[in-house]
Amino acid sequence: MSLIQVNDLVVMFGPVAAVRGVSFHVEEGESYGIVGESGSGKSTVLRAICGLAPTSAGEIRLDGKVLSAPRHPDFYRRVQMVFQDPYASLHPRHTVDRVLSEPLAIHGFKDREARIEQALEDVGLGHGFRFRYPHQLSGGQRQRVAIARALILEPRVLLLDEPTSALDASIQAEVLNLLDRLRGERGLTYILVSHDLAVVAHMCERLMVMQHGQVVEELTRARLQAHDATEPYTRDLLLASEGYRPLTARA
Amino acid sequence: MTALLTVDDLRVSFPTRNGPTEVVRGVSFQLGRERLGIVGESGSGKSQTGRAILGLTPPPGKATAKRLEFDGIDLRDASVATWRSLRGIRISLIMQDPKFSLNPVMTIGRQLIEAARRTSGRAEAKDRAVAMLEAVQIRDPRRVFDAYPHELSGGMGQRAMIAMMLITEPDLLIADEPTSALDVTVQIEVLRILDRLVTERGMGLIFISHDLRLVSSFCDRVLVMYAGRMVEEVKASELAQAKHPYTQGLFKCLPTIEGDVRPLPTLQRDADWAR
Amino acid sequence: MSDREWLLTEQPASRRQARLGQAYRRWLALRRNGLALVGLGIVVALILVAIFAPLLAPYDPIAGGDLRLDRLLPPSWAHPFGTDDLARDIFSRVIYGSRLTLMVVILVALIATPIGLLVGTTAGYLGGWVDVVLMRITDIFLAFPRLVLALAFVAALGPGIENAILAIAVTSWPPYARLARAETLTVRDSDFISAIRLQGASSARILWGHVTPLCLSSVIVRVTLDMAGIILTAAGLGFLGLGAQPPLPEWGAMIAGGRRFIIDQWWVSTMPGVAIFVVSLGFNLLGDGLRDVLDPKARK
Repeated sequence: MSLIQVNDLVVMFGPVAAVRGVSFHVEEGESYGIVGESGSGKSTVLRAICGLAPTSAGEIRLDGKVLSAPRHPDFYRRVQMVFQDPYASLHPRHTVDRVLSEPLAIHGFKDREARIEQALEDVGLGHGFRFRYPHQLSGGQRQRVAIARALILEPRVLLLDEPTSALDASIQAEVLNLLDRLRGERGLTYILVSHDLAVVAHMCERLMVMQHGQVVEELTRARLQAHDATEPYTRDLLLASEGYRPLTARA
Repeated sequence: MTALLTVDDLRVSFPTRNGPTEVVRGVSFQLGRERLGIVGESGSGKSQTGRAILGLTPPPGKATAKRLEFDGIDLRDASVATWRSLRGIRISLIMQDPKFSLNPVMTIGRQLIEAARRTSGRAEAKDRAVAMLEAVQIRDPRRVFDAYPHELSGGMGQRAMIAMMLITEPDLLIADEPTSALDVTVQIEVLRILDRLVTERGMGLIFISHDLRLVSSFCDRVLVMYAGRMVEEVKASELAQAKHPYTQGLFKCLPTIEGDVRPLPTLQRDADWAR
Repeated sequence: MSDREWLLTEQPASRRQARLGQAYRRWLALRRNGLALVGLGIVVALILVAIFAPLLAPYDPIAGGDLRLDRLLPPSWAHPFGTDDLARDIFSRVIYGSRLTLMVVILVALIATPIGLLVGTTAGYLGGWVDVVLMRITDIFLAFPRLVLALAFVAALGPGIENAILAIAVTSWPPYARLARAETLTVRDSDFISAIRLQGASSARILWGHVTPLCLSSVIVRVTLDMAGIILTAAGLGFLGLGAQPPLPEWGAMIAGGRRFIIDQWWVSTMPGVAIFVVSLGFNLLGDGLRDVLDPKARK
């Protein structure tokens, strides 16, 4: 049985269908990628899984059980999310300490002090960052705080919505390494959404390509690395990710 | 090759509580009719370099240079009238997000005509506006002509923006992350338009970007900036063999589809680079 | 390490240090604005005068002097602001009147701000029919001119300073509700609110802990700027005889008392009028300065 199973998911925003019949499954401990361009519905799939977007038709199963709407409180201890823009995902008036203690307070944890210190340690931020406000942090540090917040409830599944696309290349590498290490240490399951094929190829064992709210094709990492795509759209994406190629030879 | 633009020892500084801080520290280069890339991470001063050339350093910032010449015109102390005859006519700037650069209450067509009329007559302006929309690969130029900016997709808006910047046929185009907000497939099309303008019209292009891989495949020459300083100037085709450890580090830390290096090499910053 | 360095450090070691550092940075920003400091000075002066009124006032504010000799005296060294028709020292009355003004200002702020915040953030965050109902109620209150509505309340409740305060408070929350709702709508769909929802937080927790703090600063600025209007409304009610009752030294009532002598004994009405003017100006200047410091959107 798959850990997460999405069957014929449809998400409507008013009359507009953002996701039109998407199905996939993710195994325990696996890292699964969703690739697409803006408006492909890739982020909406993620938001539907965690209940931020409505499930208009179809079903989402976690551990074989259909998820209820609104989600049961226990759901949030098993599934957490990291957002794209580290500048928008932290409350501007809350210190790192408050950001991390809030989920612990909601779920009634006792040993908050130790957990906060540990969480900061795990994402490579020392004690010195604990009482800073977001505006005192760089983009990469903010994203580390966001990852610490997602992990502090010790979830099994992490939903990653373009976690590095707002970061500089060198910071991206650091955050990707961090995510990679945490997954290895804790046996986490990832669903990673990105527009960047290289990031998905680096992070995920399997991936699907989406366009206009539908699945174009599903690939394994090996097939992606061999450029063994059957659909023309996937091939376009692969070509575009290699950079610019002039039409004619340069003079 | 005659230089279209000469920049010598460009410095941009902003006053702070602890005295002035230089965000651009001694950038020098010459630009012919070619594609020059400026790459660097956020805060490297690459955007401020582009703005300073156009005299658009936001106050209270100050830009100074030993030489700043465009086609024989000294830009350092250019008068308001000189700038008016240059900006948008002979030198244009494309910014990252078309939403902030297009007037939301005017149709694309009217904005294009307004731009076109700065260099040509009323009757001619409309024809040129439509022709320009065609030139930037807009499939249905009549519809876009009558559309308001919010009615266009991101890619369309950016193309309309480029059309507006190019309708006066500038000699120099400064493009600040012109394609970062666009999808990869659209991005390639926009670059193709810029490419054609350089090769066919002999325009000079300064392409500012954080995307090393894109710049290396698109430009002729690349300046690499770090902490306001130019750390290296290399031929784009030789970027992968760059000498400076910063450039090398930037290149290596990018994940690739084929490669499976784990963990990714990270950039070890050296305080000496910023010196 | 100096106090200043301790406050401005980028690496605070405790919650308290982080909070104090934040407050100190705001103070530094406010200090750069000269006019705001003038406003702050006036407001602080008002508070000090109210606290130390018995020490500062040379005469009793209620009991007058000799009715044959001390009535309607012009300003002099003995009576800096002159005396009124009951031979009372106007300077002392203005000083004691600051207590009433301060009471009005504080009580109105304490009653109206929480109501406005609660109604506005709830309507904005929950949306749907809650929003419709709450905002229509707000609209009904907004449809009446403030003074007229306050007059109606006082007429129903009976004249007196307490009822005037209640009436002003009840009529001044709707703009704050509107403002709080608008602010809430801009943050409701932001990622950091989504993030806290995804941690299983209840609506009440999100509203109080996460949404309200963001609305608070612009509402505080608005309340400060409204203080002048509140003081004027209180004075207006006093002037009409519906607010503070004689012999209380309320500034509006004092102006009303002096209007019969406005031509010949101008100081009777003018002195409390100047007091109202100065205090209103002080709150306005302070409000403008606070906006620059607290409201991130107005920041240059």
